[in-house]
Amino acid sequence: MQQTITADASAIPAGGVRRRTGSFGDKLFEGLCRGAGVLVLLTLGGIILTLLIGGLPAFTHYGLAFLTSDAWNPVEDHREEYGALVSIFGTVVSAVLAIIFAVPVAFGISFFLTELAPEWLRRPVGTAIELLAAVPSIIYGMWGLFVVVPFVQIYIQLALGDYLTSIPLIGFIFESRSFAGTSLFTAALVLAIMILPFIAATMRDVFLQVPPVYKESAYGLGATRWEVVKGVVLPYTRISVVGGIMLGLGRALGETMAVTFVIGNANRMPQSIFDPSTTIASVIAMEFPESLSGSMKQSALFALGFLLFVISFLVLAASRWLLRSRLKA
Amino acid sequence: MNRRTLLLGTGAALGAGLLNARGAMAQVATVTGAGATFPRPLYERWSAQARDAGVVQLNYQSIGSGGGINQITARTVDFGASDAPLTQEQLTERKLLQFPTVMGSVVLSANLPGVADQALKLTPEVIAEIFLGKITRWRDPKIVELNRDVAIPNMPLSVAYRADGSGTTWVWTTYLSRVSEEWKNGPGAGTSVRWPVGNGARGNEGVSNIIRNSPGTIGYIENAYAVVNRMPTTQIRNKSGNFVKAQPPAFNATAANANWNVPNFQADTIDISGADVWPITSPTYILLPMDPPADKVAGSQNAMRFFDWAFKNGAEAATRLEYIPLPTSAHDAIRAAWAANVKGPNGQALWPVG
Repeated sequence: MQQTITADASAIPAGGVRRRTGSFGDKLFEGLCRGAGVLVLLTLGGIILTLLIGGLPAFTHYGLAFLTSDAWNPVEDHREEYGALVSIFGTVVSAVLAIIFAVPVAFGISFFLTELAPEWLRRPVGTAIELLAAVPSIIYGMWGLFVVVPFVQIYIQLALGDYLTSIPLIGFIFESRSFAGTSLFTAALVLAIMILPFIAATMRDVFLQVPPVYKESAYGLGATRWEVVKGVVLPYTRISVVGGIMLGLGRALGETMAVTFVIGNANRMPQSIFDPSTTIASVIAMEFPESLSGSMKQSALFALGFLLFVISFLVLAASRWLLRSRLKA
Repeated sequence: MNRRTLLLGTGAALGAGLLNARGAMAQVATVTGAGATFPRPLYERWSAQARDAGVVQLNYQSIGSGGGINQITARTVDFGASDAPLTQEQLTERKLLQFPTVMGSVVLSANLPGVADQALKLTPEVIAEIFLGKITRWRDPKIVELNRDVAIPNMPLSVAYRADGSGTTWVWTTYLSRVSEEWKNGPGAGTSVRWPVGNGARGNEGVSNIIRNSPGTIGYIENAYAVVNRMPTTQIRNKSGNFVKAQPPAFNATAANANWNVPNFQADTIDISGADVWPITSPTYILLPMDPPADKVAGSQNAMRFFDWAFKNGAEAATRLEYIPLPTSAHDAIRAAWAANVKGPNGQALWPVG
């Protein structure tokens, strides 16, 4: 393919008068394109710098203890103290729980769409999943608050709470004194629904890229559909699937409004997944408007923003790296 | 009438309307302010009335007290608004004059099935223990003893609070710090604090939503919001030992009992003595530059004209929106403070406006 294009291009000048390169218009266009490319880098660097400079007073004042302290006490006297541990914990745990909830469902969707669904159904369902990705996050927040929160409260915490807490060894993670329904668990549930379309769409796309000849060979040997997916499709697409999951994780980490509505916003270390907690994004959304410019509180919020940036950047970079071969193809 | 004449007619009517609006706008000066969300409904009502009266039109952006302080420090608006008063130090550093406009009160709202509105009685000690997480069930002997004539349901107690930084939280935590030594030395008072227990939500509507959704929840909200949304409130025992209901007579008693002759009008209205006072009431403040630069002199004067007009004519609107007007003596003291402290670039007093 590559070669034919080059061959065509070199064939053109022979037919007509080749336009000279290096005229003013070409240079201008090249400059503008280069400028646009550099602008992206400048914006990214500018954001990192702003967050870092804003957060510097907090970083220098607390040092590494900022990352390991679970204190978040914004009262402006001798008590004032900031630490990122609770919000980092809430951010990571809610996102990872969301992945645990979303991945099996996403796998089911893509398995159905690529192997089981009749041809006429594949397109509508696929489009519906993509539309789910277009729902604004504030809508998920409202829906979460009015539907998911009471559901978790009544049908999970009150109905199943006693059974869950009596599970040996892990029962304690379900034992909570908070019955408001806004909790780490609820936030993870809403996040799972939000990132589901991203993971499902990536999985479907990479499943479709498995060369049919591999699958047909397996079917020819008498393999069942499940054996084909387990033995051929998954091993072939393993790395890309993990990349897609990381993409969803990246989105879950930075989600703000939907989480703020349902997580309970408590700057305390949660003892159970039904306890209220908080995330970096929701702490910033809640407290930034009331922070005075130049105060230690505002600096701590900037520092949190920087940490979130670093975490999301690492996750997204990992997903890019894992997906690199599929995205190029 | 055919379609074209209809269109023309509509256009002409619209145009005339626009022209009229322009005309009216041109007559009154506009003053810009930014800050606290709590007094926003009142300032907007006052703005409309003052504009109709041909005094001044107010463009108020309710971006939160912290934002208001930042904006007026940068002098990008004519005045800032804050629920929590600034300290003398902060005012001197920013060269600001602080004065109150109205008072608002904070009430406790509890969702207890079978218990009527304003029936539940709570003492400061019990309230502090609830918010410290020491009382965890409604059938706690301390609550039952206070409410012998009320059937208290046997259910777990949970707490709801404002998770966004807010003046309401400042008022509420100041009250808790006054009545409980343990709270004072523990979480303390501020626009946001480290809550020992409970669920946080954004704004009065968020807290009310938790309270409505989960039976057994108690939380603090602004009275104005509680009245409009018919949230069930509680009685609280005040410093003089009487149980008071969250109603206008109790709020007005607080305004009358407060001492306004204090520096920066930082009148102490939280947990004060008086037979009928509601213990959790607080003024909301305006921050005015004491040294407006030349291009802001007119803005400062218009801001003072606006509030002067509001003090004279705005009491009815305030009461209707569940705010508590200040006593006339306080208004006079505020005007005197304007005359003494707000100076133009040449050192001339900017109040009274000629």
